[in-house]
Amino acid sequence: MEDQAGQRDYDLLVVGGGSGGLACAKEAAQLGRKVAVVDYVEPSPQGTRWGLGGTCVNVGCIPKKLMHQAALLGGLIQDAPNYGWEVAQPVPHDWRKMAEAVQNHVKSLNWGHRVQLQDRKVKYFNIKASFVDEHTVCGVAKGGKEILLSADHIIIATGGRPRYPTHIEGALEYGITSDDIFWLKESPGKTLVVGASYVALECAGFLTGIGLDTTIMMRSIPLRGFDQQMSSMVIEHMASHGTRFLRGCAPSRVRRLPDGQLQVTWEDSTTGKEDTGTFDTVLWAIGRVPDTRSLNLEKAGVDTSPDTQKILVDSREATSVPHIYAIGDVVEGRPELTPIAIMAGRLLVQRLFGGSSDLMDYDNVPTTVFTPLEYGCVGLSEEEAVARHGQEHVEVYHAHYKPLEFTVAGRDASQCYVKMVCLREPPQLVLGLHFLGPNAGEVTQGFALGIKCGASYAQVMRTVGIHPTCSEEVVKLRISKRSGLDPTVTGCCG
Amino acid sequence: MERSPPQSPGPGKAGDAPNRRSGHVRGARVLSPPGRRARLSSPGPSRSSEAREELRRHLVGLIERSRVVIFSKSYCPHSTRVKELFSSLGVECNVLELDQVDDGARVQEVLSEITNQKTVPNIFVNKVHVGGCDQTFQAYQSGLLQKLLQEDLAYDYDLIIIGGGSGGLSCAKEAAILGKKVMVLDFVVPSPQGTSWGLGGTCVNVGCIPKKLMHQAALLGQALCDSRKFGWEYNQQVRHNWETMTKAIQNHISSLNWGYRLSLREKAVAYVNSYGEFVEHHKIKATNKKGQETYYTAAQFVIATGERPRYLGIQGDKEYCITSDDLFSLPYCPGKTLVVGASYVALECAGFLAGFGLDVTVMVRSILLRGFDQEMAEKVGSYMEQHGVKFLRKFIPVMVQQLEKGSPGKLKVLAKSTEGTETIEGVYNTVLLAIGRDSCTRKIGLEKIGVKINEKSGKIPVNDVEQTNVPYVYAVGDILEDKPELTPVAIQSGKLLAQRLFGASLEKIYHTLFWPLEWTVAGRENNTCYAKIICNKFDHDRVIGFHILGPNAGEVTQGFAAAMKCGLTKQLLDDTIGIHPTCGEVFTTLEITKSSGLDITQKGCCG
Repeated sequence: MEDQAGQRDYDLLVVGGGSGGLACAKEAAQLGRKVAVVDYVEPSPQGTRWGLGGTCVNVGCIPKKLMHQAALLGGLIQDAPNYGWEVAQPVPHDWRKMAEAVQNHVKSLNWGHRVQLQDRKVKYFNIKASFVDEHTVCGVAKGGKEILLSADHIIIATGGRPRYPTHIEGALEYGITSDDIFWLKESPGKTLVVGASYVALECAGFLTGIGLDTTIMMRSIPLRGFDQQMSSMVIEHMASHGTRFLRGCAPSRVRRLPDGQLQVTWEDSTTGKEDTGTFDTVLWAIGRVPDTRSLNLEKAGVDTSPDTQKILVDSREATSVPHIYAIGDVVEGRPELTPIAIMAGRLLVQRLFGGSSDLMDYDNVPTTVFTPLEYGCVGLSEEEAVARHGQEHVEVYHAHYKPLEFTVAGRDASQCYVKMVCLREPPQLVLGLHFLGPNAGEVTQGFALGIKCGASYAQVMRTVGIHPTCSEEVVKLRISKRSGLDPTVTGCCG
Repeated sequence: MERSPPQSPGPGKAGDAPNRRSGHVRGARVLSPPGRRARLSSPGPSRSSEAREELRRHLVGLIERSRVVIFSKSYCPHSTRVKELFSSLGVECNVLELDQVDDGARVQEVLSEITNQKTVPNIFVNKVHVGGCDQTFQAYQSGLLQKLLQEDLAYDYDLIIIGGGSGGLSCAKEAAILGKKVMVLDFVVPSPQGTSWGLGGTCVNVGCIPKKLMHQAALLGQALCDSRKFGWEYNQQVRHNWETMTKAIQNHISSLNWGYRLSLREKAVAYVNSYGEFVEHHKIKATNKKGQETYYTAAQFVIATGERPRYLGIQGDKEYCITSDDLFSLPYCPGKTLVVGASYVALECAGFLAGFGLDVTVMVRSILLRGFDQEMAEKVGSYMEQHGVKFLRKFIPVMVQQLEKGSPGKLKVLAKSTEGTETIEGVYNTVLLAIGRDSCTRKIGLEKIGVKINEKSGKIPVNDVEQTNVPYVYAVGDILEDKPELTPVAIQSGKLLAQRLFGASLEKIYHTLFWPLEWTVAGRENNTCYAKIICNKFDHDRVIGFHILGPNAGEVTQGFAAAMKCGLTKQLLDDTIGIHPTCGEVFTTLEITKSSGLDITQKGCCG
């Protein structure tokens, strides 16, 4: 065995060139190891494909936030006349121009990733990989040429892809997913978004924002796993800004009409009746499945969950085979977030080659949903806090506030809201923070650190506000839900 | 029978234990037999906060009911002197000998929380905390003590606050909630250009609020440029209309003024739109717009008069120049503008004026943003320069002349170099002075009651509980001497300065340039936005400085400020998961130290 180890091609082989995989490869190369990355994008059922960098860069966070920004700019254009800018309304939006600009930026990032790998002498193969044995992977290139790669350590970071419904006629032929929407050359037009995940709400949000007729169809609750009071406020805000909602409905059939439009049939579970509507585009955002099927994991002996097909790992990210690891969205029970994959990957490589023993801490993960009114959160939802500690041990401080920028623009701030979930016992440890308003991501990041440092309500109250911002509302939270007092912030200060 | 707790703070409450200063207090226990001892609070868990609260209520009640209270110790010679003084004046005192009551030590703790005085004797006259032995004799010599003794309890108000800005109003509302009879005097002396405004002080009327709204207007101009790249289509040249904007902002401010009036009324605080000045102890003269004078008395006073912009004291400045007091309600567009000064007010105003497309020049005597991290300050300056703001460094104006009247008119400014004899001349429509602010403390009769001010700065020195040298007069806000000027950045840079003074090698600085995602498609410049943190190497890499230059900097900084309050370290930053894609997340992946000299331009989207 020792001899064989010396003959393997690489110290580390990373399968999957997304955020997590690339972070692993670069970190290991920096520690002087011989590293290879294999990456291959299976085209979507609609034929969309993209370059190196994985979901986040190509069909996730990056294009999503840029299109969200385009929608926000639409709102700012409407604000501008109130602030003295003489812009004739309404201003039309050109999908093609936006999509091209967004795609150009993504392509420059693809290129940047290639260059970075080259700089660090990481070998990159654009091949589709599957296991041959527990140390060897076989890759097939576009032309069908096969290549064998062996390594001492292997990290699986193949991520996930959007799920298609399996029993709905026409779903696969006519529907698109988030894999396609950012790469459409033409405007999707009147769109039906099916699903209640953050992907569904974000996509519907920016489509509405750039002026498209957009409908969300959801079977049950929005943003499962998030704080439900906040989630329903997110929905309220979207509904009041033009997104249509079909709640309690499930699609049963998609057909193409002679004029090219799509006719969708659905069942309304409350009335039991069937209904139909026509759309230009149907976007499925009903969840994601891990990209494990073509990996031949059984050849290496790597165990997966029978329900989710995700890879099972321990706290050191090791699979059932000790020298094969998995990180990112492909792993069972981990939050599917880019920064999680990156941090888990780096820590893993530090443990493998850097003599470290630090484990990834999956608690208090902050995140932000980029709906038109952004929702940032960290720590426990109110429901979860109550479930863990009991109603009588939880104190929730909250406020309805009005961002200063909204006043002159005459915008409605009914859903601008912040709440902090604390233990009731002094010094009232902060369990969770939930923020609904502009720039929620920027507001939440620092407080995530506060919670990491064990912040108490008392400490947050002793932090001086930055005036005038939205985030200062967090350090001014005085009204508890229990008190029943009106949580509406009035005046500008204090 | 000894019930009073040991005097050293127990392990569970080290945080709120008072700092007892002198040994003789510690030694002052238990000499008299237990049978004689009185108890001030009910028995029970002696350390519980409830018992403590009850003791506090009891003491406050005693102080409010008595003409004179002396907290004393039977063997203390200073206490004896004070007792003799009052007895010589024929005044009956309520004396509490702390060495002869069961919970004397705790009384002393609570007293030190109320008064910030840890020693005995501790004297109150007609609810006013006079202080210790020395202060009492000083008050006796100055006549204040006799004055305090004469006052029966029939003041018009419990508290009069001079100044209706953020500090004064919050103080007034809080006192009213606590059941006190409160008055607020607020009067805006018109600026030399004749501008005046309503209730709420600088922040609401001529500070943070209109400033951020004009900043937002300027950002919208940038957003309009960006929006074309994001697919929004309009062809015409977009112009900015100053009058529309100013009217909208002034409408918002009026609604805030009104809101303050309402909230004072709801809390039953008396509001008088008059100029207040002290005429004698406990008495104030209030002069309204018509010159009518009214007199009010109160047991205690709070000075919260804030500051107003400073003038240069050169020929033509008060006649022709404006300040931030005038800019936000200027009825016409200021046109080509010279901003004099390098304070944050100067740079903010120059920034938004340039954002509206105006020709803006900033004249700077020495450095930008004194007191802030200078590397960040210079970066702010060069960003502004790239965006069309011109800087004239190391010049000061010496004369302003009017060439033409009008709205705006035309002004000629003559300036001279701070380094040589060179002079320059320029013609502007508007000259905005932003060279600093002066405390409004010199014309409110402070000398009549002997409140000390710093003669040079006009600021008022106070102790840790905001009390001036005259016991019943307090001060809050911008007029305080040696107190940080509100922004946490200022506090932080003070710490940084100390670090620099006492050993530069203590710190490790991490930094990076970043390119906000929203700027990429918009084609805005890369390598402009900058983040840096400063850590103390010898204190577990504790984060002692936090700096960000980029969009939404306020929203980003707030949470990190809370985290610093909780003892943020570099390790904790590294362990925190970023929110992707935001600007704030760069702080969770800072790897490059400044001393390494490595390239900090950002590549790729993540990591």
